[in-house]
Amino acid sequence: MSGAQAPSLAPDAVLGGGALLRGDALVAGYDRPVVGPVSFTVAAGEVVGMAGPNGCGKSTLLRALVGAARLFGGRLERAPGLAVSIQNQQQPPLDGVPLTGRELLALTGASPSGLPPWLEHRLDERLDRLSGGQRQYLSLWASLGSDAALVILDEPTNNLDPAGVAHLAEALRTQAAAGRAFLVVSHDADFLACACQRRVAVVPRTGDGA
Amino acid sequence: MTLQTELLFDPLFLTPFLTGLPYALLLPLLGAYLRLKDEWLAALALAQTAAAGALVVLALAWPPAVGGLLGALVAAAGKHGAEGLAPALRGAAYALLLLFGWGVAVLLVANLPVAERLGHALLDGQLYFTGTAELLTALAVLAVAILGVAFLSRALLTAHFFPDHFRARGRSASRAHLLFDLLVAAALGFATMSVGVMAAFALVFVPPFLAFHRAGSWRRGLVYAMGCGLGGYVAAFALALLLDQPFGAVLSLVLAALALLGVLRASAGRSGA
Repeated sequence: MSGAQAPSLAPDAVLGGGALLRGDALVAGYDRPVVGPVSFTVAAGEVVGMAGPNGCGKSTLLRALVGAARLFGGRLERAPGLAVSIQNQQQPPLDGVPLTGRELLALTGASPSGLPPWLEHRLDERLDRLSGGQRQYLSLWASLGSDAALVILDEPTNNLDPAGVAHLAEALRTQAAAGRAFLVVSHDADFLACACQRRVAVVPRTGDGA
Repeated sequence: MTLQTELLFDPLFLTPFLTGLPYALLLPLLGAYLRLKDEWLAALALAQTAAAGALVVLALAWPPAVGGLLGALVAAAGKHGAEGLAPALRGAAYALLLLFGWGVAVLLVANLPVAERLGHALLDGQLYFTGTAELLTALAVLAVAILGVAFLSRALLTAHFFPDHFRARGRSASRAHLLFDLLVAAALGFATMSVGVMAAFALVFVPPFLAFHRAGSWRRGLVYAMGCGLGGYVAAFALALLLDQPFGAVLSLVLAALALLGVLRASAGRSGA
């Protein structure tokens, strides 16, 4: 895949065992704990999946990793100087905003090179004139093409058709081979099996004192 | 109502015309980012508070432009403070700011003889009282604001379309938002002193509204908005002179008519598709 890029912002150093990010017994939530304890590590060149039932707090955990939700317990270690990119499940509204796919990619410095053919020729159209799957893929590509050494993806296969899912899985594998790390939450077990080297189970938190 | 065509070429009106031009280009540009952030109502609150500030300092015998700028900056500080609130509460905060500014302005005009003339000029939008100082100020504001927008644009767009982008890198977008708010406050503060409250708001609101419907890209949207602001301003200036009517009201009507035409055209396009 020609669009696969090695991260240009490598961290200043890595943690023990080559990890870029390590969570140990993390408990996360907003007003109160909703998920955890969860432990995991992600090293350069790895695609790590997180799976669990709906509502178990996978998205909350991901947001806590970048400070957008609260950590109630556990220990989070991040390699010094690590640049992280996160693709949220909830996208900001695009309707009525005259932004093209090419302009969206330019915001994160992502190159259009390597995009699937069904998107390449629509790059100069407004995003609100594309399908939900096409918008989702462009938004993913903007994260994948950024300079981050670790990319966090929350339900990246939402709205994607089988061709899009296959293209994404291939992109993750290729970019991981080039040294980038991925942490991916998905309810799509087939996608995780195809794209990830390791999987971490996230289970619902039972009871407040759990 | 008589047509006064000779006024169009009267050198007396050249400086006021040139003074409004920079704002006709700049306010739609800033309005595009305010529309993106869903903060266009804040522009009206800032303009109204700038007018109130100008009238307040008039009582202290200070230059109105200083009060306009201070009023807008105080309102911008309030707006920035409201940014942590939920969207519905933020809208309410802008509305309250607007009511506060309007109430203070009207009471000052009603009770302070020295504020009456300026108050009417600000509310009616009497651009014709501007002179060389206002023209130079407008050009300086345009230059600074264009540079500021060029510097902040990418951060503002990235923060909107990738809300956790900066946080994930241990940075914050709040500095870009604050700088943009200060830029908007300064531009609206000075613009309100020259073109009036509602004309300034119309230039912030209508051209981006049309551009967001019509433009094929963000860059073209900015050009479209600035062109629309410029065209509307020139038409309104000529009409106001020819018909001997208050400029602010004519500009508001011209831009509102353009918006209506744009909506009708879009509706016709959808039903014909």
